[in-house]
Amino acid sequence: MTSSTAVFVNIGERTNVTGSAKFRKLITAGDYSAALDVAREQVANGAQILDVNMDEGLLDSEAAMVTFLNLMAAEPDIARVPVMIDSSKWTVIEAGLKCVQGKPIVNSISMKEGEDQFREHARKLRRYGAAVVVMAFDEKGQADTFERKTEICARAYKILVEEIGYPPEDIIFDPNVFAIATGIEEHNNYGVDFIEATRWIRQNLPHAHISGGISNLSFSFRGNESVRAAMHSVFLYYAIAAGMDMGIVNAGALPVYDDIDPELRDLCEDVILNRRADGTERLLEIAERFKGGASSKKEADLSWREWPVEKRLEHALVSGLTDFIELDTEEARTRSTRTLDVIEGPLMAGMNVVGDLFGAGKMFLPQVVKSARVMKQAVAYLLPFMEEEKRRLGTTGSSSAGKILLATVKGDVHDIGKNIVGVVLQCNNFEVIDLGVMVPAAKILATAKAENVDIIGLSGLITPSLDEMCHVAAEMEREDFHVPLLIGGATTSKVHTAVKIHPNYAKGQAVYVLDASRAVGVASSLLGRDKATYVADVQADYVKIADAHARAQENKRRITLAAARADGLKLDWTSYKPVKPSFLGTKVFKDYPIAELVPYIDWTPFFATWEIKGTYPLLFEDEKVGEVARSLFNDAQVMLKQMVEEKWVSANAVIGFWPANAVGDDIALYADDSRDKDLATFFTLRQQIARSTDKRRHVALSDFVAPKETGIADYVGGFAVTTGIGEEVMAERFNRANDDYSKILSQALTDRLAEAFAERMHERVRREFWGYASDEALSSQELIREAYAGIRPAPGYPAQPDHTEKRTLFDLLDAEKEAGILLTESFAMWPGSSVSGLYIGHPDSYYFGVGRIEADQVADYAARKGWEIREVERWLAPVLNYDPIRVEAAE
Amino acid sequence: MSIPASTAILNRAASERILVLDGAMGTMIQQLKLSEADFRGERFKDWHRDLKGNNDLLILTQPDAIEGIHRQYFEAGADIVETNTFSSTTIAQADYGMEELAYELNLEGARVAKRAADTVAAATGRPRFVAGAIGPTNRTASISPDVNNPGFRAVTFDDLRTAYADATRGLVDGGADLILIETIFDTLNAKAAVAAVEDVFEEKGIELPVMISGTITDLSGRTLSGQTPTAFWYSLRHARPFSIGLNCALGAREMRAHIDEISRIADTLVCAYPNAGLPNEFGEYDESPAAMAVLVGEFAQSGLVNVVGGCCGTTPDHIHAIAEAVKGLAPRVLPTVVPKLRLSGLEPFELAS
Repeated sequence: MTSSTAVFVNIGERTNVTGSAKFRKLITAGDYSAALDVAREQVANGAQILDVNMDEGLLDSEAAMVTFLNLMAAEPDIARVPVMIDSSKWTVIEAGLKCVQGKPIVNSISMKEGEDQFREHARKLRRYGAAVVVMAFDEKGQADTFERKTEICARAYKILVEEIGYPPEDIIFDPNVFAIATGIEEHNNYGVDFIEATRWIRQNLPHAHISGGISNLSFSFRGNESVRAAMHSVFLYYAIAAGMDMGIVNAGALPVYDDIDPELRDLCEDVILNRRADGTERLLEIAERFKGGASSKKEADLSWREWPVEKRLEHALVSGLTDFIELDTEEARTRSTRTLDVIEGPLMAGMNVVGDLFGAGKMFLPQVVKSARVMKQAVAYLLPFMEEEKRRLGTTGSSSAGKILLATVKGDVHDIGKNIVGVVLQCNNFEVIDLGVMVPAAKILATAKAENVDIIGLSGLITPSLDEMCHVAAEMEREDFHVPLLIGGATTSKVHTAVKIHPNYAKGQAVYVLDASRAVGVASSLLGRDKATYVADVQADYVKIADAHARAQENKRRITLAAARADGLKLDWTSYKPVKPSFLGTKVFKDYPIAELVPYIDWTPFFATWEIKGTYPLLFEDEKVGEVARSLFNDAQVMLKQMVEEKWVSANAVIGFWPANAVGDDIALYADDSRDKDLATFFTLRQQIARSTDKRRHVALSDFVAPKETGIADYVGGFAVTTGIGEEVMAERFNRANDDYSKILSQALTDRLAEAFAERMHERVRREFWGYASDEALSSQELIREAYAGIRPAPGYPAQPDHTEKRTLFDLLDAEKEAGILLTESFAMWPGSSVSGLYIGHPDSYYFGVGRIEADQVADYAARKGWEIREVERWLAPVLNYDPIRVEAAE
Repeated sequence: MSIPASTAILNRAASERILVLDGAMGTMIQQLKLSEADFRGERFKDWHRDLKGNNDLLILTQPDAIEGIHRQYFEAGADIVETNTFSSTTIAQADYGMEELAYELNLEGARVAKRAADTVAAATGRPRFVAGAIGPTNRTASISPDVNNPGFRAVTFDDLRTAYADATRGLVDGGADLILIETIFDTLNAKAAVAAVEDVFEEKGIELPVMISGTITDLSGRTLSGQTPTAFWYSLRHARPFSIGLNCALGAREMRAHIDEISRIADTLVCAYPNAGLPNEFGEYDESPAAMAVLVGEFAQSGLVNVVGGCCGTTPDHIHAIAEAVKGLAPRVLPTVVPKLRLSGLEPFELAS
């Protein structure tokens, strides 16, 4: 988190013209760039608040304050921290308040000109939103004694909090730090007065804070920085203990209290706490000895300077550092054959890193703009060299990288993003003609012609702008333009550009630009040597995107249920003679031999469980996963053997067959072969996907069963198998042993066994129990490929996405009692290693996915099941091709 | 300073339940497929500039259509609708040469919304409120549009303060129950708006509740001008707003973390009205009402919000679904915030003592 908290805040005074001679010189000379570096250094050294003071007689303080604060706002690494707007002039303070988006501290106001003006200033400050430093100062002058300090602060507090409604936590009192050890006796107690007033304010004026300008204290020791620093440190030690929580101090220079030479420290304490009458003299005596003690200055981390030049340029771009940019650019230039290679090479690479970081949310816009400015400086440095190269090679023409027209399209007034693009492009030596907002196509085209631009860039934020961009593209085509067209803005997208804009402009190339940080890369590519390759890549990409989009659109369209039924699968029933199962009703298999199931295991999904992708057994040969797969497979074999031998789990099954016929989209089951007594109904769902090219039928499971009207005696079957009886105990055993690997392995195995059981049982059904394929002889690989006749679709799976159909199946089979498989309220089977489904025997039946269905089928299905539509929608939510609530609201 | 009766009713309602704000105006206007001529109406048929796209102007040229949209939102369950005055400032209207109309747009914008509010309140017996919307304008007070001059500003605090005051006068005179400073991408613009609103309150001797809503523009989790949500709140807390929150740019899913951050620190109501998801490839917001209601409903269940609604792409169906989703859920309880000196630059600062 970036939030900063503090118990005591050092407010640096290096950006204070009254506190720093260096800063004053820079400001009076108008060198704001160097002045900003001073601010940056302060923040880098840990300043939590920046004090900005421009009170200098020869300066237009108001203008200087505004200029400096506005410049600071453009430097994210400085603007990170709050500002203290520091001036004794109200006009300067107010001008400053109008420049900062954050919540600043104003330093300061007082009752110097009386209570009324104090009130007026305070009211205004409340409206601007600022914390305020109140000087202990009234018409009579600055408060010097404890009594005066506390009286004025209490009075000011009362006015601010009770009359004006100022939040007390936003009030900071400055009870005036005065010089001590001056040789004048009245001054000797000033330190104590400040410290004691601080204590009193903190105890009596709730939530208010204490600040002070510390350097005053040691005024009489000017020129002896070591002694001054020691005095400041000692003073702060006691003042902070009394409750002072803010101070204008030169942060880097303060020694730690404990590190001060004990002798010096003791003498400092004497004068600050006014402990002895000769304190001043004694301090003066030893002061000379300590003079010139080096005050350590924290150096910026410059380790990056040792990196290769490309990395240094990247670092400077990402961090927005200009200090070494010309040096590094020069180094890169001397290593390149052409000057332009520096821009196209390391500088662009650095900007791409910026783009990536921005895209990932790791940089924010003001930082990106700063990076662009560093880029600008580098390019500016290189320009003369490029001019020189041109002159030498005898080429002429503009030095600009290209001329780009930018416009927010007609009907749209949003231009912030476009402006940023303009900034970034200009920084990279492109000449930008910005036509502003709401620009009609005609004006864009006319200007583009008149100015002979190299690229046109369109921007827009609102949705209708997308249509306007299509229009501009079409107009460019009509007017025979060939220049590239860049598309950008919040609602634009690559897909829209590829599908809607690109086809309108065949003569040139429309290119989508993701964000400002990418603009330079795209523009450079379009105007560079490799333009042809780049455009070909873009076009290939757009064709792919357009195709994918078309397919996706296709996938969304649905035909009506009536049309789907008319196009249902019409099998030829005239020649079909169903085989009658060997028994009707159910058959139960308790404790089925598991060893028999092992050869039926399909191992590919087993590996998928472990996120090892590939087909068994080919994946053993895979370079990357082969070894892991083999080792896993060996472990599985060992455990499986044990599992079977020691009977960790047992297997149950129940199967059944019933006379059945299709009735519409449903399958009616009858109690016996007379077919006059209904037993149950399996409801089925029909595909509704719109197919323009392929001729596959719109199938439902009922299509595979002889319709009632054919009079053919058809049958369907059902099954529920489990290999999970005991799996919970098994898992628990591994749990207790903290053996997660074995636990997961064992569960993956029982899961596979359940599928194998379903496969094995289906095979027996085909060959013996139903017997419609008594001569079938398939290998296990063929079984996995579903090369057999007939299908075993499961409720909740693609051919019948309705899980609730399991209830009907389980009731018919009495599976809960007979096989020990329970259905949960969400129709999941328990134990988990269980499989259930229908048996359909027709040789032309096949597995399919119903896909998404429309509201008409849902209504029809609900009526057939006798359910509420809402109830059906709830269970079929994943396959609805519409939004139930939206449809309802529209009705 | 007089405080209107509606404020007390509003405060009571807010203490009892989660209030519902309306959805997008632009989306609804787009569905009307109005032509340039429709935008112009009789009054501006000879105006010298294109007016299609100046949605706020419809207050004057198609008032019935705007009232109809407000009514649809109220009927869908909104307690508060926003006036169609997002761009009704002298600054934003300058793009159409319509600076002179700013006051009138705000005045009529509030009246049109108020008519809808009164109609639906009378029909349903439930009080309905109008929030006078103040948009960000299309200029930024703390970002320079000129690369060669980072210290340059296309608009100043005072320019904004004057323009916002003009808009506020219209909204107050037109009968708005609240003022909503919204879609804030530059906090300095919002600070000017806060000052302007207070100026007008003082001038008219009236005080309305003020809602403040910022915009986190991208994945960096910052406003366009670079502030974090906490820094944003610290910058505007002095307005003592009725609510603080976020709208636009993000869908509910992306907005959640930022609303959560504000919810934990703000000692006032929290308001969230995200977009209907992020725009798809065609610039359409296609998050369904049901899907959005689930996400916004979760804000409510987690106790993050006091006021919810929708921004870009949301429709009366969305608002209806959101209103249903938050119905009966307790409004967020205001956290106890210990008074401390809290400042901000782009990032927040807190003095621990």
